Amino acid sequence: MSSNLETAANPEKLERIVIEPLTRVEGHGKVTLLQDENLHIRQARLHIVEFRGFEKFIQGRPYWELPVLVQRLCGICPVSHHLAAAKATDMLVGATQLTPTAEKIRRLMHYGQTLQSHALHFFHLCSPDLLFGFDDEVRHRNIIGVIEDHPEIAKQGVLLRKYGQEVIRLTAGKRIHGTGAIPGGVNKSLNREEIDYLQKDIEQMVQWGQDAVELIKRIFFEQLDYHMAFASIDSNMMSMIGANGEFDIYHGGLRAKDADGSTIFDHVDYTGYRDYIREGVKNWSYMKFPFIESLGAEHGWYRVGPLARVNNCDYFSTPLAEQQRKLFMEAGHGRPVHASLAFHWARLIELLYCTEAIRELLLDPDISGTELVNKGALQACGIGVLEAPRGTLFHHYEIDDDGIVNKANLIVSTTNNNQAMNESIRQVSNNYLDGKQLTEPLLNQIEVAIRAYDPCLSCATHAMGKMPLEITLLNEKQEVVDRLEKRVTGEIQRTL
Amino acid sequence: MNEVKTFRLDGVDIEFSEGDTIMDAALRAGAYIPHLCHNPEFTPHGSCRVCIVEVNGGQVSACTQPAAAGLEVDNASDAIVEERRNLLQMLFVEGNHMCPGCEKSGACQLQAVAYYTGMLSPHYTHFFPQRSVDASHPDTAIDFNRCILCELCVRASRDVDHKNVFSLRGRGIDTQLTINSPSGKLGDSTFAATDKAAHVCPVGAILPKHRGYEQPIGNRLYDRQPISVVGDVAAYEPGNKGDGHD
Repeated sequence: MSSNLETAANPEKLERIVIEPLTRVEGHGKVTLLQDENLHIRQARLHIVEFRGFEKFIQGRPYWELPVLVQRLCGICPVSHHLAAAKATDMLVGATQLTPTAEKIRRLMHYGQTLQSHALHFFHLCSPDLLFGFDDEVRHRNIIGVIEDHPEIAKQGVLLRKYGQEVIRLTAGKRIHGTGAIPGGVNKSLNREEIDYLQKDIEQMVQWGQDAVELIKRIFFEQLDYHMAFASIDSNMMSMIGANGEFDIYHGGLRAKDADGSTIFDHVDYTGYRDYIREGVKNWSYMKFPFIESLGAEHGWYRVGPLARVNNCDYFSTPLAEQQRKLFMEAGHGRPVHASLAFHWARLIELLYCTEAIRELLLDPDISGTELVNKGALQACGIGVLEAPRGTLFHHYEIDDDGIVNKANLIVSTTNNNQAMNESIRQVSNNYLDGKQLTEPLLNQIEVAIRAYDPCLSCATHAMGKMPLEITLLNEKQEVVDRLEKRVTGEIQRTL
Repeated sequence: MNEVKTFRLDGVDIEFSEGDTIMDAALRAGAYIPHLCHNPEFTPHGSCRVCIVEVNGGQVSACTQPAAAGLEVDNASDAIVEERRNLLQMLFVEGNHMCPGCEKSGACQLQAVAYYTGMLSPHYTHFFPQRSVDASHPDTAIDFNRCILCELCVRASRDVDHKNVFSLRGRGIDTQLTINSPSGKLGDSTFAATDKAAHVCPVGAILPKHRGYEQPIGNRLYDRQPISVVGDVAAYEPGNKGDGHD
């Protein structure tokens, strides 16, 4: 299933074009393209250039710190790491079942963060590409341009995100890096005043969620063939699903389907993930390449995230999202939808689901309960898995008899999509860049393909589209023959 | 009738009794002088120097300086506050005080005093010393990364628990807290979670195991009011005046 653009023969004879840093994605990465004298692309790679070391430096720390400490991996969806670590520590403290209040408060927190993360990604980072076109003038192709040209859409994006952040604040204590989830449960429930505050705006959020889905459908269907084909790759898909096959991003079993939608494995207990998932390494990337073990590294790579989740689940438990899922699946004509840009469509269906799920939970008396924590006997191994906004997230810890972490393994969502993102940029390289003199709008297509996955390349503070960018063109002698520089003002200059 | 004796603290008359230090009298009068190694239950130590005040043109530690009639004590001059801030910044960089992940955050005296003195950053280069966590005891863990060598646990174990579980060893920058047990581990010592020494640490160095972050953000000791109003961490330990705060 892998394309042939991973490694070129005789790379020293090819011109190297670098897109660094990638913009409007979370964290830092770069893309390198090798082009021959006839302008054919011979190699395309997405490189992750940061090293974090969390798995190492949490060794030696007490296990009860994990949910708060490890969430510092990310500034965009730290709740994912907070909750995955909390689930792992639930297992460590022998909490086989959370109290209804604890589980529902955690779900509320998770839906709030998925809502805010999806809103941020679509409206702030990607809507400029989709509303204005990939080749729109670069100084206009950003969230400021959206505010100027589509103020109502921009406002909805900002306020949807704000609402999600408020849900997080009230369940976790603060909007970023809270402390709500603790081993065996949570440290607070919601009082009447807090529930009233959230209920006040929830109907508006559900409506805007529906509007967002209608917006992406309108954009998608305006150029259906193009959007279905752009960066599209056939792949396996993996996600968490509920006990009845329903969409569930907090807890459930693992399901993997192949490119035709046939089941590879289903309802797998995630604590046994090592029997199903392996991680490969390549000498040109700091990020690992996970694959489904039974299919091997060549054919076993897969996609995670909204596209995989909506394709994989049997149904949504909320009516509006379920209605949209059915329409989405029709686009696949009996197969899973493989278009990479359909990630946006699936993501906004999930956003709608989150608004509905929050609405339901706000009516549930359990979220005001007082039974917050369950604990049993201490265990040596804890594994927590959930669906982060960007895909399946694995936290695995082992502790000694004193409760000190001595082993940790994290497979973060974006890592699962590593091979897929590389395949997508190779598809774009082959279909849209090959044989052409490279320009900024053409190179932006590479970034558009990567952005569709909403990668969190460092799980750190996020970068906006005004980041400086330098594109240097080297000849086969590694001599600089051209250089374009994008300043923080958005101005582009040829600096050679 | 005994004559009421007073000294002036930042221009305010403070009454004192025979044998009082400046700190004793100030605390009784509700006037806050920042401090870390001082706890009214123990003999003053004067080692952290955070309580330095200016008295008649010289600098002294308020916790050890006897009060005397007519003293002019300056607790809030720019120079004193700046010096305190420097001391706190040095404390932060010589240990590993990672507030964002620390379970004591929001209820830590070091953090609260740093906030009170307006410390915005550590300023100095971090030492990042290699220190460990001793979790060998079934109920209590010691994170040496966070120890500020205030010796409150040393004093409590020696003077109240009569166990001498803790002491300091080494000199100067190499000084560190050590455990009096055959292996040097807390689990091999006579320490018990009910000891006074388990309840006097002003930072997150000595903590109960298997717990943490149980107080939601907003309900922690210093979330609502500054330390000058709330008082010391140790005062809220079980059995003390503030036991049971929410």
